[in-house]
Amino acid sequence: MNNFCVSIKDVTKHFGKHVVLKNIHLDILEGEIFGLLGPSGAGKTTLVKELSGLDTPTSGENIVLGQTMPKLDVINRIGYMAQSDALYEDLSAKENLQFFSSLYGLKGMKLKERIQEVMKLVDLTEHVNKLVSDYSGGMKRRLSLAIALLHEPELLILDEPTVGIDPVLRKKIWDAFYQLNEQGTTIIVTTHVMDEAEKCDRLGLMRDGSLIAVGTPSELKQHTNSATIEEAFLVYGGDVDEN
Amino acid sequence: MRIKALTIRILRQIIRDKRSLGMLIVAPILVLTMLHLVFNGDSYIPKIGFVEVPDAIEENMDLGDAEITHYDNTHDAQVDLLSQEIDGYITLTSGVPSIYLEGSDPTVNGETLRWIQSTFASLQESLTEDLEVSYLHGSSEMGQFDYFGPVLLGFFVFFFVFIIAGVSFIRERTTGTLERLLSTPLRKWEIVSGYVIGFGIVTMIQSTIIAAYTIYVLDMMMEGSFFYLLLIILSLSFTALTLGILISSFANNELQMIQFIPVIVVPQVFFSGLFNLETISNWLSWIGPITPLYYAAEALRDVMVRGFGWNEIYMEICVLLGFSALFMILNILALRKYRKI
Repeated sequence: MNNFCVSIKDVTKHFGKHVVLKNIHLDILEGEIFGLLGPSGAGKTTLVKELSGLDTPTSGENIVLGQTMPKLDVINRIGYMAQSDALYEDLSAKENLQFFSSLYGLKGMKLKERIQEVMKLVDLTEHVNKLVSDYSGGMKRRLSLAIALLHEPELLILDEPTVGIDPVLRKKIWDAFYQLNEQGTTIIVTTHVMDEAEKCDRLGLMRDGSLIAVGTPSELKQHTNSATIEEAFLVYGGDVDEN
Repeated sequence: MRIKALTIRILRQIIRDKRSLGMLIVAPILVLTMLHLVFNGDSYIPKIGFVEVPDAIEENMDLGDAEITHYDNTHDAQVDLLSQEIDGYITLTSGVPSIYLEGSDPTVNGETLRWIQSTFASLQESLTEDLEVSYLHGSSEMGQFDYFGPVLLGFFVFFFVFIIAGVSFIRERTTGTLERLLSTPLRKWEIVSGYVIGFGIVTMIQSTIIAAYTIYVLDMMMEGSFFYLLLIILSLSFTALTLGILISSFANNELQMIQFIPVIVVPQVFFSGLFNLETISNWLSWIGPITPLYYAAEALRDVMVRGFGWNEIYMEICVLLGFSALFMILNILALRKYRKI
């Protein structure tokens, strides 16, 4: 339980003169649900992209599952779900799932099994043969999650997984996260919704490219004598002008 | 394995998009048919006036392929010439024929003159036997369409593959699926290869249908082997595909991709031999050899008009494959923007 799944070591990222990430140090343990909380533009997406191998730091290094990113064999053990659904709308859900599972090297019976399992997990089993263009927004979000789960990743990185989703569906998705977490999957999730933050084992508060605090939700509240995460965030130095 | 998955996905998407698939095949067939009708229509029949041409001479002439009107004096002929009733007239002054043409349309002039020359030449049969004309390539039946045809065939394949491949890659970028592809262990060269194979198969089917239609239905000249024709077209489509994907990385949406057509696609037509290359100004002539269509058109013409085989076309095919390889490498480099490894 105490092994590091992710070690972010002094990571800085510039886009031209614009500094997106400033000297980030962070260790994420195996088997926890870690939330990155902050307003949009805080650098959450850039950070998780670096962890997924889609971006590289200007300086510093990201060690994921024991190796410095980006590495193809580590990418194979990560499930990544971006902010956009990233689905082929002209194909059916099943065809999308078949395509992505082949990219991960699944085939035959194993492939069929996994498709059934992930679709059951996100509660889309009866819609598997529909074209994605006929899906509602929430269904697309869940299908996108199902695709990220296909290859049974050890680490799941989810960028704003529940943005624009109603509370009932959000609960369903979080139930799926807990279920995966119980099976040992480490989950990193970004969010700017404060009540969602409460559901994580530990939180990292981000603002303007800096990590301003790390701890469990109750620790963060205790340290700042706040009743909510939102208040705690304000004390740590962010004035949340959004949401 | 992964390339196969990508190929199958691309084929599924294309097959599902019935309208694009239809356009890919119907549009070139439609345009080629129209060009065939325009360029290979019946040859022009000149309307010629004879002013006081003696019957004795006229009887010796072959008067087919022309409409003859007889006049008693030059004045009447001139009136008709002015109102374009006739294209020209002939008078015989002391046995020497002189010709007067309406002259406003060069094509009509040419046809009229050719008719008059050939007709009067046959009068002097005592001097020379009929000139026997033989052709190295082509024949007297070869129309303009036979000469343009190979270039146009190449052009349509290039044009449609360029657009469809470019647009589908832009979609891949804007919908975030490219990022998702790169968050899997898929390698960058595998993405480019999957695209090349998927679209290669579609182009193969498309160009077989179009080429078969132009050759067997429109009766375009085809001296060489159909296999070589497909080989050339396939190499050209690889070039179009890899260039389309490369260019798409400079476009942010579909509209911007369309804007590249006048810059990248249309100029190639001018240097592909549709117009005589030897009359192009010197300071522009270097453009031809750097455009893929230039080589494809030359090779297609070698096979279709000149009936040449592998020895004459392999250089062009190598150049086309070289272009494709270059564009593929550039594509893989361009994808580094999304993932370093």
